[in-house]
Amino acid sequence: MDLAAVLMLEVLNGIATLVLISVGLAIIFGMMRVINLAHGEFLMLGGYAAIVATNHGVNIWVAMLVMAPLVVGVIGVIAERLIIRVLYGRMIDTLLATWGLSLFFVGIVTTIFGNTVAGIGAPLGSVGVGRYNISVYRLVLVGLAAAILAVIFIVLRRTRLGLIARGTMENPNMAAALGVSPPRVYATTFGVGAALTGLAGGLLAPISGVLPTVGAAYVAKAFITVISGGTAILAGTAAASTLFGSVNQLLTYFTTPVIGEAGLLAAAILLLRVLPHGITGKLFRGSL
Amino acid sequence: MIGGRWSPGIVLTTVAMVGIALGVPQVVDQFGLLQLTVFAAMCILALSLGFVWGYGGILCFGQSAFFGLGGYTYAVTAINVGESTLATILAVVVPAVFAALLGYFMFYGRLSDVYLGVITLSVTLIFFNLMNSTAGDAYRVGKARLNGFNGMPSLPTLNVPGDPGRLLDPAETFYLVMAFLVIVYVGLHGLLASHFGRVVVAIRENETRCELLGYDVRLHKLLVFTIGGGIAGLAGCLFANWGAFVSPNVFSLTMTSQIIIWVIVGGLGTLLGPIIGCLIMQYLATTLGTQQLANTNLIFGIIFLAFVLLVPRGIVPSLRRLGARAVGPARVRDLA
Amino acid sequence: MSGAVLQTVGLSIRFGGVEAVRGVDFTLAERELRCLIGPNGAGKSTLFKLLTGQLKPTAGRILFRGHDITGHHTHAIARRGIGIKTQVPSLFDGLTVREHLWLSARRTNPAGRTRAIADEILERIGLTALADGAVGQLSHGLRQWVELGTVLAGNPELILLDEPAAGMTHDEVARTAELVREINRTHALIVVEHDMQFVKMIARTVTVMHQGAVLVEDTMDQIMKNATVRDVYLGKHGGS
Repeated sequence: MDLAAVLMLEVLNGIATLVLISVGLAIIFGMMRVINLAHGEFLMLGGYAAIVATNHGVNIWVAMLVMAPLVVGVIGVIAERLIIRVLYGRMIDTLLATWGLSLFFVGIVTTIFGNTVAGIGAPLGSVGVGRYNISVYRLVLVGLAAAILAVIFIVLRRTRLGLIARGTMENPNMAAALGVSPPRVYATTFGVGAALTGLAGGLLAPISGVLPTVGAAYVAKAFITVISGGTAILAGTAAASTLFGSVNQLLTYFTTPVIGEAGLLAAAILLLRVLPHGITGKLFRGSL
Repeated sequence: MIGGRWSPGIVLTTVAMVGIALGVPQVVDQFGLLQLTVFAAMCILALSLGFVWGYGGILCFGQSAFFGLGGYTYAVTAINVGESTLATILAVVVPAVFAALLGYFMFYGRLSDVYLGVITLSVTLIFFNLMNSTAGDAYRVGKARLNGFNGMPSLPTLNVPGDPGRLLDPAETFYLVMAFLVIVYVGLHGLLASHFGRVVVAIRENETRCELLGYDVRLHKLLVFTIGGGIAGLAGCLFANWGAFVSPNVFSLTMTSQIIIWVIVGGLGTLLGPIIGCLIMQYLATTLGTQQLANTNLIFGIIFLAFVLLVPRGIVPSLRRLGARAVGPARVRDLA
Repeated sequence: MSGAVLQTVGLSIRFGGVEAVRGVDFTLAERELRCLIGPNGAGKSTLFKLLTGQLKPTAGRILFRGHDITGHHTHAIARRGIGIKTQVPSLFDGLTVREHLWLSARRTNPAGRTRAIADEILERIGLTALADGAVGQLSHGLRQWVELGTVLAGNPELILLDEPAAGMTHDEVARTAELVREINRTHALIVVEHDMQFVKMIARTVTVMHQGAVLVEDTMDQIMKNATVRDVYLGKHGGS
C-alpha cells in the first residue's frame, strides 16, 4: 500500500513539475501568441539566481520565491522591449530570435559560471512513508504548484490587472480606445510569464541542480504541454500536465526515464492528431 | 524555370563546386583536406534543411535527428557487415523511412507550422537522451555496442564497393563527398524544376489554392520531408566516416541549432544560401573553437539574433537584391 | 435526376445553435448556368464552401455526376473535375500568370500540351500581354481574371465561382459577364453573386436563398417580379 502511495506521489510530482515549468510559457504563448524558445533558459536563469543568492547567505526560501522570479522577470521585460516587441506578428522570426537569445544566455552563463553543476540541497529533509523515504520538499512542490495556479486564476478573474490583461489580449485596439496602453500590457505580461518561469527554475534547482545547458531538457516538455493544453491557459496547462505527467512518471517507474520521455512525446503527438487545437480546443472551452 | 532552362547562377555554382573538388587536393595539405571534407558533408546537411524549410515551407527544428540517425545507422551496419556499401545505403534509407513515418503523423494530422517545429525539436532531443543512456554492454545492435555518451569509435570507413580491404584515402573521400554535394545540389534543383517541385513551391505560396487545383498538399509535404531526411542521413553517414566516430552529440540541441543558423545566415529560399551560411559558420566555429576568448554559444547566439533582427533574409538573397538594384530589376528567382 | 452534373439532397450545416444551411435540395443540369443570390447571411457562401469541401455538412449529401462527394477533402473534389474560384482571389503572388495556368493544366496534361493550353487560356481571358508578370502586382480585377483563367486551365466539368465580379469596375464587370457566358458554352457553372447588374447580364435560372434555405428558384425575369424576393432583400420578410 505504501508503494501505491509513493507511486501516487511520484505522479503528482511529475504533474506538478510540468505545471511549474509550463505555466509561465502558457501565459506568454496563450495571451501573446509569442513562442519563446528561450523559455528553458529562463528556467535555468531562475535556478542560477536562487543558487547564487543562497550561496551568498540569502535564506533559501527567499532566494527561490523572491530573488529568482525578480531577476528573471526583469530579464524578461528587457528581452521583450529589445527583441520581442520588434518582431510582433512575425511568429517564425520570434521563434528564431528567441532561439538566438537562448544560445546567448547559455553562452553568457557558461562564461560567468563555467560548465560545472552548481547545486543546493533540498530543504525540509525527508519523511517516512511505510518502507520508503520521500522528500518533504517534493510534497511541498506539489502544493506550491497548485497554489500558483490558484493565484493566477484569482488575479486573472478577480483583479483589475487581470481584466485589463485579458481584455488587451482579446482586442488590443478596443483596450487602447479605453485608455489602456497595449505595449505596457505586453511588457507586463511577458515579464510576469518570465517571472513565473524564473520562480519555477528556482523551485526546481534543489532537485535537479543547474547546468548552463539544463534549459534544453525543459523547453521541449514545456512547449508540448502548453500546445497540447490548448487556448485556455490554466485549464489547458492543468489538463495537459495531468495527462503527460502521469504518462511520463508511470512509464518511467515501470521502465526507464528515457522511455518515459518518449512516452510523453508519443502521447502528445497522438493527442494533437485527435485534437489539433489542444485539449481545451474541444473540452473545457471558454474557461480560463 | 518552366521548360528546364538552367539559370546562370546554378550553372556557375555547379562548375565552381566541380572545380573545387578537382583542384583542392592538389593545393591543400592533408589537414586542410580533412577540414574541407567535413565542411562539404555539412553543406549537404545544410542543403537538406534548405530544401525542406526554404522550399517546402516545413519548419523542421530537428533536422539533426535524421543526420544523427544516418550516422548511427552507418556505424551499426558497417560494424556488423564489415563493408561500407550497404551501410551507406541504409544510412540514407533508414532516416528517410523515419521521416516518412514522422511526417505522416504531422502532415496528415494537419498540424500547424509552430507545432511542427516543436515536435521535430522534441524528436531530436529524445534521440539525444536515448543515445546518451545506451552505455553498457547490454546496449548493442548485433556486433555494435552503442556506448552511450562515449560514442562509437573506430568505425570502419568507406571502402571501394565490394572490396572491404581497400579503404578510401583522404583525397578519394574528399572527391566522393564533393561528388555527393554536387549530385544533391543539382538533383534538388532538378527536382524543383520538375512538376513536383513547382507544386511544392506553389504550396509554400498558397496551400489552399494548390488544394483547389487538385494537388494533395499533405502528400507533397510528406515527400519533401522524406527526401530531406534521406539527404540529412547521407550527410550523417559522411560525417561519421570523416571522424570514424559517432556520438549522441549529433542529435544535440547545439547541432540542430547550427543547421538552422546556417540556413538563416545564408538565406531561406535558396540552395546556395545554406551552403554559404554553412561554410561561413563552420569556418567561424573552427577559428573560434581554437581560441578561448568567448564562448561559442554566446557568439553564435549573437550572430543568430543579429541576423534575425537585421538581415532577416540572409546573405545570398540580400546580395541578390543589391545586385538586382545595380543591374536592373529582373525576376530574381531561382538564380542559385 | 439522371444527367445532373451536381445534386444536393437535404444539405445542411449547423454551427452550434445556428443552422447556416437548411435542407437544401439543389440540382444542376448539363451546361447549365445557375446564379445563387440572396441577402447577406442567406447562406450562399456557406453553401459554396460545402460544395467545395472547405466545410463538412452536418446532414445531407452532395452528388457529382452520381458520385457521392459529401465530406470529401477539397483536393479530392477538385480532382473530380470541379474548378473553384473563391470569394477572395486565392493566388500565388510570387508566380507569374503563365505559371498559374501551367500548374493548373499540368496536373492532367503532359508538359508539351500544358504550354499550349496555357497559351490558349491566356488568349481566351485576354491576359497574353501580362503572361510573364508576377501576379502579386496586378490589380484586383485582373487578379479575378487570373483566377478564372487558372480554374479554366484545369478543364473542369463544373465551375464554381464565388463573387467573380466583386470589386470590379463597370467595364470589367461587362467583360467578366462576357467571359462567363462564353465559358458556359462548354461548361456548367454555379455563380454566387451580390452584384445584381452582373447577375442580370448572365442569368438564366436563379436560385434565391434566404436564412439558409432555398426561397425560390426561377428564371431571372420571374425572380425580378417576385414580391417575396423583393421583401426578403428589403428585409421585410421575417422568417419562413
